Amino acid sequence: MTQRQVQHPIHLQTQDLACGRGDVALVQDLHLDVAGGAGLLLRGPNGAGKSTLLLTLAGLLHPLAGTVHISGADPDSGPLVHHCGHKNAVRARLSVLQTLRFWCEINGGGGLAPEAALERVGLLRAAQLDANYLSAGQQRRLVLARLLVSPRPVWLLDEPSAALDAAGQSLLIDLLAEHFATGGLAVIATHDEIILPQLSTFTLGGAP
Amino acid sequence: MTGFLGVLKRELRLALAGGGEIMTLVLFFIIVGAIVPFAVGPDQVLLARIAPGIIWIAAFLAMLLGLDRLFRPDRDDGTLALYRLADMPLAGVVAAKVIAHWLTAALPLILASPFLAMILAMDGPAFLRTLISLLVGTPALAAFGALGAAITVAVRRGGLLAPILIAPLCVPVLIFGVGAISTLGGPGQATSAMLLLAALSLMAVALSPFAAALAIDWTEE
Repeated sequence: MTQRQVQHPIHLQTQDLACGRGDVALVQDLHLDVAGGAGLLLRGPNGAGKSTLLLTLAGLLHPLAGTVHISGADPDSGPLVHHCGHKNAVRARLSVLQTLRFWCEINGGGGLAPEAALERVGLLRAAQLDANYLSAGQQRRLVLARLLVSPRPVWLLDEPSAALDAAGQSLLIDLLAEHFATGGLAVIATHDEIILPQLSTFTLGGAP
Repeated sequence: MTGFLGVLKRELRLALAGGGEIMTLVLFFIIVGAIVPFAVGPDQVLLARIAPGIIWIAAFLAMLLGLDRLFRPDRDDGTLALYRLADMPLAGVVAAKVIAHWLTAALPLILASPFLAMILAMDGPAFLRTLISLLVGTPALAAFGALGAAITVAVRRGGLLAPILIAPLCVPVLIFGVGAISTLGGPGQATSAMLLLAALSLMAVALSPFAAALAIDWTEE
């Protein structure tokens, strides 16, 4: 990953954050402070607002109140946030490699070459395959490759381990460890066990 | 720039790999034009006179058909969220999509228009003017179409809403498009109509990406 992430310790902070869908607030008065090199596991029952919170942190949803602030980053380095939602953004009729190259083109490169990233996530053999033929777990691996081709300091991952096999789970943990080692931070909504010393757990209350 | 070309490449690749879609649009265009003679009767003089209007209406309707695939599939599979976090302005993405939309939904129609001109008994010079006015005017239709598609992208089953929304915007394009072809308005009328059509196209293409990007940012929850 890039050097600048090491030089500028990055912080993700929220102040009195309230977020929700429409007028229904799911999360209220949230104060989070995640520093570079560490991560936060979001836990909570279905419907507690984990995905909504991640979307709000990414700036894809407007907060109902409060602010999300990312500090310590070089303002010229482009977008800081990777958001991986439930949808994989994978389209039929494009090959795996074409899909990843396209992501690299719109997000800006600077990380691994697409082929190298595919090898890292174990999809190099399927590179020429129509991306829609991939299994659910393979599509999640392809999404992980997106994080590698365009380094960004903030990863917001929504159930990244869903559909991943055991090897995929340990791949995810390896990638997260590398990300933390280069000063990145991550917020991860998950129901699975992701065990890393840098990760702390935050539980969202049980809304309807 | 890499991102802009990347979006353009992806759109063209998807449209060409889809195969049937472009062909469907072209067939629709020809069929709309071809059924008019059945409706108005086999009067060659009348047909030749209204032919420019028929070609323009057929092109307009055919271009509306392709609108729904402009943003909706991207929204459904999550690519739109990716665009909003991409290292390029959303307006740049929309501009690339407008260009791709014109290349895949307007250019094939223009290439197929000689066939329609033959059916409608147009003479050579009139057909040439039609070709030029289509080339100049269809970018405006593509730009307005992108705007309509962007506004309705969050509306479930909004597929028919976009055409209704942008039809009024497209009226001037049709007026000047047909005006640039017909020679009925006296000397100089066709030229000034063509110039106005060009101005309309340039303005629509320049401004619609920003408007459409704003619409996507606002309507996306």
